[in-house]
Amino acid sequence: MMKLDTSGLESYTSQFGASSELSGGISTSPSFELPSITDFDGFQKEAIQMVKPAKGTTTLAFIFKEGVMVAADSRASMGGYISSQSVKKIIEINPYMLGTMAGGAADCQFWHRNLGIKCRLHELANKRRISVTGASKLLANILYSYRGMGLSVGTMIAGWDETGPGLYYVDSEGGRLKGSRFSVGSGSPYAYGVLDNGYRYDMSVEEAAELARRAIYHATFRDGASGGVASVYYVGSTGWKKLSGDDVGELHYKYYPVVPSPVEQEMVEE
Amino acid sequence: MARYDRAITVFSPDGHLFQVEYALEAVRKGNAAVGVRGTDTIVLGVEKKSTAKLQDTRSVRKIVNLDDHIALACAGLKADARVLINRARIECQSHRLTVEDPVTVEYITRYIAGLQQKYTQSGGVRPFGLSTLIVGFDPYTAVPSLYQTDPSGTFSAWKANATGRNSNSMREFLEKNYKETSGQETIKLAIRALLEVVESGGKNIEIAVMTKEHGLRQLDEAEIDAIVAEIEAEKAAAEAAKKGPPKET
Repeated sequence: MMKLDTSGLESYTSQFGASSELSGGISTSPSFELPSITDFDGFQKEAIQMVKPAKGTTTLAFIFKEGVMVAADSRASMGGYISSQSVKKIIEINPYMLGTMAGGAADCQFWHRNLGIKCRLHELANKRRISVTGASKLLANILYSYRGMGLSVGTMIAGWDETGPGLYYVDSEGGRLKGSRFSVGSGSPYAYGVLDNGYRYDMSVEEAAELARRAIYHATFRDGASGGVASVYYVGSTGWKKLSGDDVGELHYKYYPVVPSPVEQEMVEE
Repeated sequence: MARYDRAITVFSPDGHLFQVEYALEAVRKGNAAVGVRGTDTIVLGVEKKSTAKLQDTRSVRKIVNLDDHIALACAGLKADARVLINRARIECQSHRLTVEDPVTVEYITRYIAGLQQKYTQSGGVRPFGLSTLIVGFDPYTAVPSLYQTDPSGTFSAWKANATGRNSNSMREFLEKNYKETSGQETIKLAIRALLEVVESGGKNIEIAVMTKEHGLRQLDEAEIDAIVAEIEAEKAAAEAAKKGPPKET
C-alpha cells in the first residue's frame, strides 16, 4: 500500500525523541494509506468530481458596526434528490465563534468539532481565548495538510475576540482569506447580489439580520440546491446568539404576498 | 553497538534525580545573573568575567533577544544556552506563523521549561545545565513579566530574582530592598544587587533594559559606570548620615 510521506509537515519540536508521548497528545502529522491504483491522478479527479456537487448550499457572513452576522440555508442534496431540509449548517465552535458548513457535511462537522477542541486546549494552556485569526489559521493549516486527499470544506469562521469582530473564509484547498463579506455555496451568486446591494457598515442588528435573511431567501428561490430554513445568527461582544430560523417558503409569501388579481374576462355561458 | 535509549536521569532510592541536582550545581558555578521587574521597565544584568584582551567582546553577548519583545539571560553552561535559545527563537517565529500573534512571555517560558524537562526524561541525554531569566512585555496587554526556569523544567514568575554565582546573597539583597520601581530606579536596583557580589565597574557588568516602546537596549560601559558612580555616591551619603552604632531594622 502506498503511504504518503508527510514527514516534511511535522513540526520542528517533535523531531527529537520522535515517540508520541514526547510530543504529547494530538498528533501533528496526518497520514493515511492511499489505494494502490495505476492512475492515481485520475482517481483523485474522479473523487473530487463525486464530492463537488455537494457544495449545494448557501451560506453567508458579514461584518458590520455591531458585530458579525452569519446566515445559512438548511438543505442537503445528493444530485437531484433532496436528502434533508433541516441540516444545521451553522456550527457552534464555542460560545463566541461560529463556523459555516459548505461542501462535505461530515468533513465540515468533524473538522469544526476538532477545531473546537483545539481552541479549548489553547484556552486552557494559555489562560486566554484564542483569536479568530488563530483559530482560522489552525483550521487552514490542518486542511492544507490534507490537500489533495478529497476533503471538501468551504467554511467561514466568524467570531468576536480581543481585537473585535473577525471573519475568515477557509477552504479545503488550503486557502484562507480575511474579509468583511463572504458567501459560499451554489447559491452564493444570488446571495451576493442581494447582500452587496443592501450592505451598509452602520446597520442596526435588526437591519443586518433582515438583510441576511433576505439574501438567503433569494438564493433559495433561484438555486435548486438551497432551501429549507433560513437561519440567522449574530455574533457580538458577549458571544453568538441565534436570531431566527424561518422557513423560506413562508418567507416567500411574507415578501411577496398573494394579491388576488382582478379577473379581466369572464367566460360567459352563451 | 551501544544503545542510546537508556535514561541517564533516573530516580535514586530516596527520590532524588541526581543528574538534575548536578545540573543545578553547574548553574551555581555559572556567572551571576539578575532580573528586576518594574512597572514599565524590566532590567537584566549579568556578571562579565574579565575578557581576554584579544577577544572580541561583541561576540560574547550574554543577554539575548528571543523576539522583539522578549529577552533572556542565563547562568550555567553557555553551549547548552545557545541550543536552547535557538529552539526558543524558532518557536517564537513558529507561533507567529501559526496563530498570527507574538508569543506571550508565559508561553515561551513554558516552552523552554518544557524542553528542559523533556531532557530529564529521555534516553541517552543529560539535562541542560542552565537556569534562565526570561523577561518581556505581553503583546496586547503590555504587562511586564519576569520568569525563571531551571534544569528540572520548573518555572515561575518573579518580581525580582537572581541565579548563578552567589545568587543567594543577591536574592537576599533584593528581598530586603525590593519595591515597585520604574525607569531609572529599576536599573539602579538591578545594578545594586549585582554589585553585592561583583567587583564594581562597567567592565564587569552587562546590563540590558527592556521597555515596551524601545524593546531591548544594551547599556554601554560608560552609562553603567555613570550609574555605578551614582550608586556609590548614594551609599557614601547614607554612610555619612549614620552617626554612631548602625541601626537595626
